Amino acid sequence: MIKLDSKIPEGHISEKWINHKFNMKLVNPANKRKFDVIVVGTGLAGAAAAATMGELGYKVKAFTYHDSSRRAHSIAAQGGINAAKSYQNDGDSIYRLFYDTVKGGDFRSREANVHRLAEVSNNIIDQCVAQGVPFAREYGGTLANRSFGGAQVSRTFYARGETGQQLLLGAYSSLNRQIHDGGVEIFHRKEMLDIVIVEGQAKGIVVRDLITGEIESHSAQAVILATGGYSNVFFLSTSAMYCNVTAAWRAHKRGAVFANPCYTQIHPTALPLHGEGQSKLVLMSESLRNDGRIWVPDKPGDHRAPSEILEDERDYYLERRYPSFGNLAPRDISSRSAKYACDDGKGVNGGRAVYLDFADAINRIGEDAVREKYGNLFEMYENITGENPYNVPMQIYPAPHYTMGGTWVDYNLMSTVEGLFVIGEANFSDHGANRLGASALMQGLADGYFVIPYTIGNYFGEVKPEKVSTDRSEFKEAETKINDDVDKLLSIDGSQTVDDIHRKLGELLIDKVGMSRDEAGLKKVINDIKELRDEFWKDVKVVGKGEELNQTLERAGRVADFLELGELMAVDSLNREESCGGHFREEYQTEDGEAVRNDDEYAYVAAWEYEEAGKWKLHKEELEFEYVKLATRSYK
Amino acid sequence: MAYENINLTLKIWRQESENAVGNFEEFKVSVSPHDSILEMIDELNNNLEKDGKIPIAIESDCREGICGTCGLVINGHPHGPQKKTATCQVHMRIFNDGDTIYIEPFRAKAFKVIKDLIVDRSGFDKIQQAGGYVSFNTGSAPDANAILISKDIASLALDAAECIGCGACVAACKNSSAMLFVGAKVSQFSLLPQGQPERYERVTNMVAVMDEEGFGSCTNTYACEAECPKGISVSNIARMNRDFLKASMKM
Repeated sequence: MIKLDSKIPEGHISEKWINHKFNMKLVNPANKRKFDVIVVGTGLAGAAAAATMGELGYKVKAFTYHDSSRRAHSIAAQGGINAAKSYQNDGDSIYRLFYDTVKGGDFRSREANVHRLAEVSNNIIDQCVAQGVPFAREYGGTLANRSFGGAQVSRTFYARGETGQQLLLGAYSSLNRQIHDGGVEIFHRKEMLDIVIVEGQAKGIVVRDLITGEIESHSAQAVILATGGYSNVFFLSTSAMYCNVTAAWRAHKRGAVFANPCYTQIHPTALPLHGEGQSKLVLMSESLRNDGRIWVPDKPGDHRAPSEILEDERDYYLERRYPSFGNLAPRDISSRSAKYACDDGKGVNGGRAVYLDFADAINRIGEDAVREKYGNLFEMYENITGENPYNVPMQIYPAPHYTMGGTWVDYNLMSTVEGLFVIGEANFSDHGANRLGASALMQGLADGYFVIPYTIGNYFGEVKPEKVSTDRSEFKEAETKINDDVDKLLSIDGSQTVDDIHRKLGELLIDKVGMSRDEAGLKKVINDIKELRDEFWKDVKVVGKGEELNQTLERAGRVADFLELGELMAVDSLNREESCGGHFREEYQTEDGEAVRNDDEYAYVAAWEYEEAGKWKLHKEELEFEYVKLATRSYK
Repeated sequence: MAYENINLTLKIWRQESENAVGNFEEFKVSVSPHDSILEMIDELNNNLEKDGKIPIAIESDCREGICGTCGLVINGHPHGPQKKTATCQVHMRIFNDGDTIYIEPFRAKAFKVIKDLIVDRSGFDKIQQAGGYVSFNTGSAPDANAILISKDIASLALDAAECIGCGACVAACKNSSAMLFVGAKVSQFSLLPQGQPERYERVTNMVAVMDEEGFGSCTNTYACEAECPKGISVSNIARMNRDFLKASMKM
């Protein structure tokens, strides 16, 4: 029987984490080496967690399916990382970062978690600078900041358009030091395919070696998943090709409830689709919105070149509708507005793209200053599209980018499976229904460097989990199940490839569970996904063998899980009869198209317990807003 | 965007395993000029799978030129003929209808072929583990603005830190040297105040592992810089050499 207990500590919001740190059990330094812990995923959250726990003295085993932990998709984050340093003297504070994040999440996140995130944000910047992360600087040698999507203060730290790369390489360097010093043992090219639970506690994982195909078990006294988000369920997203939900989903099927799967973020500034063979969508940092102006031709189906469309024939729709935030309106609002503009036929050449125009910025601050700020992004744009954005406005369109939903965790970041912790994008906790820009890097590193190293100690100190051997039947049962799944996938020998079916799933989801949703569409799509899932298990074609490097087989396993998750996303969207953040239900909007939340009935976390394929039980964690008063999110 | 497909002949390296004999397999394809080269291979693989054939093993992940996973030698150039471009950013519009394109893995003694176009670059991680970090524990950092760094130095350090660890420098070098890769990391920390306490120990240890892992020596042809998708400068090699020399005199 699953019961959600968020374990939010007592006390004033500003004292909860301080009190909790004091009240948590400690593990004596000499005893830490007696505890072993598995970390799955070595992106920002995973590498930071593994390195820090290694430094503390725990025995850490870290797993990645990449050939090196430097490849994780955290590396692609461009814009920056928030912190409440208030170095710009512009009125920022921990409380303001907390407030902005709760509001930005449309009042669907847990206050206590968000406040803790804001508190440790400052430590993260200190940590990264000490590691040698080369953040942007002012002439006097201090750190530079910029304002970033949805914020009215300049609290974002950055390293050109490569902030994620530099932060990940920082965490990677700390991880490398621990690997060298023996605190962390690293396993490359191993994909987690199951979690093993012994007498109610997570005690290990089963992985597939991606080179040999061998199935292996590894045990530990706790397991931490840092396996990222599930945007690739849409087939086309800004996520890297390998990103998937498999680790989290297999844990879900072993009892970890999955929260708010309908909260997905469709990022406003990606490049438009170029053709049928497209494999993924490419993001342009939304820092571009600081100086670029978004517009569409006022007249539907206007096929003239942008330079021929005069100022009064353009619709700067964000500036028009949201005068105080303008082009910096939050991601969900910006994306939906672009969709509507294109639905009305006002997209570039009547298609699905809007302009992001730098002509005014170039006139105002000069081309060199624009190059200084965005040079590498402009180069990237030109490289991909063949057009020079200094001369012609960029074309952008929204793309699935981040998933706020994820494995439900309590304040200690522990899931509903004892001893199974989930950190970074893989959990659900901090961003509510919408994530603000430059908050993903912050959350990944907060969880990894400054939260899990404490709370894991509390688990070890309080519960004192025993070590188990991988000879136990629970491990054997999991290994057998994986081998059976592999055999099944290889034996179907149908007529459609894994990518064919994945693409179909993506099309269903982006249409019905994308930027706007409605009851009829959701009911239909649930059925369609069930049928597609049946089709997959009857008609997929997976070539090759299990005991070898087989990338088709890897993808098949991941798509099988996406086919289950996709249904749950639709089920969750259907259940949530309100509009909030990234979840917009057509039925719940004001006359002028703004989202209508229903705080009386839906101010809860929807946490889904897996019963069997296509069947879940809903648990609710009621959200209480003691410090940030529930209000309609307005960016007008 | 209106366009016409172009027809190409591909000669792609196939090799079943490290010790197997490899060869070029020929494919005829028709592709959109807006496709990236990896999207072209995706489509080719999808068609191979449909026909029940084994697809070409190839690694790529972010497809934004930053993760360093993809790495192909395209017509003799690591990451293809364009400057400062990773494989995933090579678009078919740079080729002409009727072209033949040779696609091979990165070749170097230290990069064993695992299968087809996938190579083992674990030597890079081992070099980083030998010293590519500042030794301090989480929690002990001073306030970030307590360390002042001039804008120019921070910018130079970032130029070096932009290395994506793809291995094109090694594949480009006739000696399979990894000096650009190692020099970039050594430089980042040599330039910054945070890197000073371990400056000489770091360069000594990283160079020792670089040699152990079977990477060759630098003979200053600068092929590495020419092929680097991030344009990492060979001045980083010079900086590393200076530090290495100083370190050897200190010891």
